[in-house]
Amino acid sequence: MADERAAPPRGATRGPQDYESALDKGPQDVASFEVHDTSPLARFHHFLHANPTAAPVVVLVFSCLVFGTVANNFFSPFNLSLIIQQVTVIGILGAAQTLVILTAGIDLSVAAIMVLSYMVMARLAVQGDLPSILAVLAGLVVGLACGLFNGGLVTRTRLAPVAVAVLAWVLLLSFDLPLIYVVPVGMAAGLVVGWFGFGPALALRLPPFIVTLGAWSIFFALNLWYSESETIRSQDLDAAAPLLKIFGLRVEILGAQFTLGSFLMLGIFLVLWYALNWTGWGRAVYAVGDDKEAAELSGIRTDRILLSVYGTAGLLCALGGWAAIGRVGSASPQSFYEGNLDAITAVVIGGTSLFGGRGSIFGTLFGALIVGVFRSGLKLGGVEVLWQTFAVGLLIIVAVAMDQWIRRVSA
Amino acid sequence: MSLKPVMTGRGLTKRYGRVTAMDKADFDLFPGEVLAIIGDNGAGKSTLVKALCGAIHVDEGEIRLDDRPIAFKSPMEARDAGIETVYQNLALSPALSIADNMFLGRELYKEGIAGAVFRMLDKKKMRDFARQKLTDLGLMTVQSITQAVETLSGGQRQGVAVARAAAFATKFVIMDEPTAALGVKESRRVLELILDVKARGMPIVLISHNMPQVFEVADRIHIHRLSRRHAVIRPQDFSMSDAVAIMTGAMAPPQEIALPEGALVSPPSVASAAGEVTSGR
Repeated sequence: MADERAAPPRGATRGPQDYESALDKGPQDVASFEVHDTSPLARFHHFLHANPTAAPVVVLVFSCLVFGTVANNFFSPFNLSLIIQQVTVIGILGAAQTLVILTAGIDLSVAAIMVLSYMVMARLAVQGDLPSILAVLAGLVVGLACGLFNGGLVTRTRLAPVAVAVLAWVLLLSFDLPLIYVVPVGMAAGLVVGWFGFGPALALRLPPFIVTLGAWSIFFALNLWYSESETIRSQDLDAAAPLLKIFGLRVEILGAQFTLGSFLMLGIFLVLWYALNWTGWGRAVYAVGDDKEAAELSGIRTDRILLSVYGTAGLLCALGGWAAIGRVGSASPQSFYEGNLDAITAVVIGGTSLFGGRGSIFGTLFGALIVGVFRSGLKLGGVEVLWQTFAVGLLIIVAVAMDQWIRRVSA
Repeated sequence: MSLKPVMTGRGLTKRYGRVTAMDKADFDLFPGEVLAIIGDNGAGKSTLVKALCGAIHVDEGEIRLDDRPIAFKSPMEARDAGIETVYQNLALSPALSIADNMFLGRELYKEGIAGAVFRMLDKKKMRDFARQKLTDLGLMTVQSITQAVETLSGGQRQGVAVARAAAFATKFVIMDEPTAALGVKESRRVLELILDVKARGMPIVLISHNMPQVFEVADRIHIHRLSRRHAVIRPQDFSMSDAVAIMTGAMAPPQEIALPEGALVSPPSVASAAGEVTSGR
């Protein structure tokens, strides 16, 4: 050993860093930035990349201008407020969907959750003679339970809550409790179990697309079972539970009529904007969608975040359901069949990436408004419904193409 | 004067089914040093490092941090104990800003009601802190602390990851192949960063395949071979080709484990393990 140590380090004769000697001759700045390509297109590109909400705003303003010049009464206060009323429900569903899509997931069951929730509200209030406020709370609980059902399957395949809910249904039905109470109570029982994480969990993470596709069918079937395919009529709601239609009430501001539902939608967007941009939870939602593994290594409990996101989405869907009763007037189990797709459309047109981690909550509001403006403008211009739908389809494809183009900045 | 190790591992064993990834491995890290870990692919470096940073639990053996036995259940616990890891994939969230990334999972909240009830982030404080840390390490050539990490070059990203680790570590920093994906110039910058962090008194565990870099920055080199610690050498005592020879088994390892001046250390789990292993094979 001694001779080993006495020997001169072989590296010293040539210097292990010889190959780096050329570095001294080159420029010394390591982390400097190249000057950005200053062509107008490149600058526009960079601007859109840095401001995800900018693209939908530009499209919204532009389409308003076009339709305003083509159709005479487009800019009438009545028409503008009508557009906002029309996008209220889809806007709220879109807000829920945005949360899920930001985590690189998707929730195909948002409309089904919404319909099930508002049927619970309406039936409990009208046929169950429950105080309206309790009926509404029950509907919100059902929405939350549905969301957590999805979230539970996406994070850890936890089946105990489902088993508890089904067990409670069987048990309560055997006591001759009416169906209208059984379903929400069973789901609340499942919610409690799921909430506190009781029961074993399989170490499986199921893909959101498939889970929520299944959930869509399950919630839809539950809804038909619960509602017995019966619509709760408007006059019954008026008589028994005017609270359920509160979001249909109108207030007049500057000659335009706004429903309370529009304000609910705006409130939801503001709260979510705050949560996503000003809280650690919001940073975590983006991080999970951006790179789940990196988020995990950075100390984010990704399963908890995902569960909270799906749960919040379910709760928002139920709130959307409350607004939907006000908007439609009655509560029908068959409505909003296309609500899922409309919500995803609003999110995509709003510039939120389906790959997760990129987008903004207000983009979705603008996305929903763009669809509303297109439909309204084309209708005022005398274009048939089928061409309105055609135009919305084109919008989606253009929006996705834009998203891909904008994302290229980072590639 | 005696120098107590920051972290020691004795007889660490980890089995995956019938494969023994780590077989009675030892480990010592002392204050203020850069300890490089080298070894062939499959020698068990990653397993050792994962055990140190809490990503896996060892089946047997004892890990002590500041002379207290510890058993991390997750990398988070290791992090809470003051051990930061710079992962090879960096664990940065590309679409988030530099400041957001530095505080990912440990955000600062505003004081008063805004923070306590509304959980409002103190963005200014986080930005200032991030800017301060990057400036300390001479990295503030980046334009803005709020730009997305995906707009940074590979070396800059590495810089952000290193700055994050250095800013929050209280015990030591583990760096897994920090220069593997970098060009010559950027590698140089990262090596300077490593020495910079060391100069602040923070011990570093450096995993690398790059011999010139290891010999340049390491105070001691831990050579891992056949699932255990095979030798620990000082770079000034051996040449790079000797190190490679020891690593591949072509040369018998030195009998004694190289230690810093005045080191006080418990005996290795297997007496002169290295020699026995070599003669046994």
